[in-house]
Amino acid sequence: MDFWISQLFNGVSYGALLFLLAGGLSLIFGMMRIVNMTHGSYYLLGGYVALTVIWRGGNFVLAVLLGALAIAAVGIGEWNAFLKRLSGQELGQVLTTMGFALIFQDLALLIWGGDPYTIPVPAVLSGAYTVGQLYFPVYRIFIVAVAALVAVVLWLVLERTRIGAMMRATVDDPEMARGVGINVYLISMAVFALGATLAALAGAVAGGFVGVYPGADFEILPYAFVVVIVGGMGSLKGALIGSLMVGLLDNFGKALFPELSYFTLFAPMAAILAVRPTGLFGRA
Amino acid sequence: MGGKVIGSILAALVLVATWGPGAAWAQKGPIKIGFLAPMTGGAAQVGKDMVNGLTMWLEEHGHIIAGRKVEVIVEDTQGQPNVALTKLRKLVESDKVQVLAGGLFAHVGYALAPKVDEYRIPMLYPVMAADDLTQRKPARWVVRTGWTSSQPSHPFGEWVVKTLGYKRVVTIGIDYAFGWEVVGGFQKTFEEAGGQIIQKLWPPLGTTDFAPYLSQVRRDADAVFALMVAASSLRFPRQYADAGLKARLPLLGGGTTFDEFVLPSLGDEAIGGISPLIYSAAIDTPVNRRFVKEYRARYGKVPSYYSESCYTTGQWINDAAKSIGGDVEDREKFLAALRKVEVPDAPRGPVKLDAYGNPIQNIYVRKVEKKDGELWNTVIQTFPAVSQFGKYKPEEFLKQPVYDRNFPPCKYC
Repeated sequence: MDFWISQLFNGVSYGALLFLLAGGLSLIFGMMRIVNMTHGSYYLLGGYVALTVIWRGGNFVLAVLLGALAIAAVGIGEWNAFLKRLSGQELGQVLTTMGFALIFQDLALLIWGGDPYTIPVPAVLSGAYTVGQLYFPVYRIFIVAVAALVAVVLWLVLERTRIGAMMRATVDDPEMARGVGINVYLISMAVFALGATLAALAGAVAGGFVGVYPGADFEILPYAFVVVIVGGMGSLKGALIGSLMVGLLDNFGKALFPELSYFTLFAPMAAILAVRPTGLFGRA
Repeated sequence: MGGKVIGSILAALVLVATWGPGAAWAQKGPIKIGFLAPMTGGAAQVGKDMVNGLTMWLEEHGHIIAGRKVEVIVEDTQGQPNVALTKLRKLVESDKVQVLAGGLFAHVGYALAPKVDEYRIPMLYPVMAADDLTQRKPARWVVRTGWTSSQPSHPFGEWVVKTLGYKRVVTIGIDYAFGWEVVGGFQKTFEEAGGQIIQKLWPPLGTTDFAPYLSQVRRDADAVFALMVAASSLRFPRQYADAGLKARLPLLGGGTTFDEFVLPSLGDEAIGGISPLIYSAAIDTPVNRRFVKEYRARYGKVPSYYSESCYTTGQWINDAAKSIGGDVEDREKFLAALRKVEVPDAPRGPVKLDAYGNPIQNIYVRKVEKKDGELWNTVIQTFPAVSQFGKYKPEEFLKQPVYDRNFPPCKYC
């Protein structure tokens, strides 16, 4: 029993981290049909910026926020200068974002060097709660809380505000949205920036848990894509369910069938795609 | 016409006279060393430490070996066997290097060896520790200046039973050749000394979240033996502590679990970790103290075993080339010379090759301690002149298969 509870908790907390990362990717993917290979880089850069803020004497919360905001600016820049012009050219966009991913990878190596770092976590967030024989690391609870908060805020914005309605309209039918006077370009930019912000937030939060190190960008990217593909692109609910599924599958797969850990992650993905090519909650 | 010839002869004489000894070799051009290391990706810092080590040796010696100028061409393997092979081809075929060195990860070592033998160019392995390259599948042109994966594990396994008194241990090893060999070597001598491995866990290379493994660790163990590499060494101790294990089970490890390159990034959760390796920056000898001080002055950090091994590799190439008068173009002669080198005063201690081409050297048992606000691998035990076969006879040892996931089998799981 202990085993199941602690593995369940591990899976949910890893899923929470994946949600932070994949939520933004899903929005960008669904809204702009951009397969954003730079997403992993935002994750990495978010972690590095947060780390730098802490080195300069900033506290943890400030570091995470500044990391997220700085990368939002990077995302806006990338979109405005390049991706905007390639609207509708899927191959061109993929290659551009791939190019940026490689550039950011090298830039990060140049600026922060190759040393792996962890982001120091405030004392409140370290250690673990014990319940009987079970250990619940506080930081993992914190990640779940952040992800839950982000999910609720995103849901409120998307479902309850005017700007959210405009975003959803842009996802569903960009031409019609443009027709009724929605500034699709501005909305797209905002979505792109939001996606980048979330990825950077994930990177900064993950920095206290798996570390910030060269290569983290391309290590995490496949997981984010699996989440988006399983959950269905452009769907917040899909990203949430997808993240939890991937987190749990990955975790139980590794714990129960360690020899098959990749199989237990990717086989369900293939099965879902066979039955629902658009993902669980995606629309064609 | 005749005047022209005399003029060239005169010019040549002047050149020889002014350049002094070694000028004859200088006409052959520089000695080119092709160096392979991961300069990007998860192991980029290890690659940098490796290049720094070799560079430091060359800088200290004016980039001259046996009177010839030395040129190093560094190529990035990205830590991938296929990329490493492509870069090897480039170094040999288009750069025409006379000697190769470097490389990281045991599986890269296994992939490169046949190609090196095909090219018939000596390659020094300062880091890649794949056991069989100097055991069951020796590569003729590979000269190991580093170690075999299981070499430090052999004396350590026995020591853990006899000195620490741990009888029941759980192993967590990264799931690839290097991990199997380090864990396998530990298990063999640990169990022969009366210990029991009661559980073996194998997270894949590149695992970010160890929680699924940590929460399975059996509670009736005395200690955990973990083998981590590169970025996983960074995350593991903290996750180990967060999972509440540090308070209950002492953490032992392979040498790379508490690598010098990762220590500055670790927090107090790493304190107390015990691991064996061929080097520690805290070795208290004049040679090593000078090495650490110089290295720090140049690169702003404590050298790792990667730096030390590549530094010593510079010395190694030098000694071999010198002994054959700098004639590295004669590859057979150069290879033979490389195999004969003995370095009595490397920072890690005395090093010489056994009959199978692997260094006989000291193994240090290190314990992570905090000194002046920094983490160091304090040496708590030295095993002098340990061979890759430990206390076993080579012929007998070689009868057993190479260590892998299921060898030695887990009898007490």
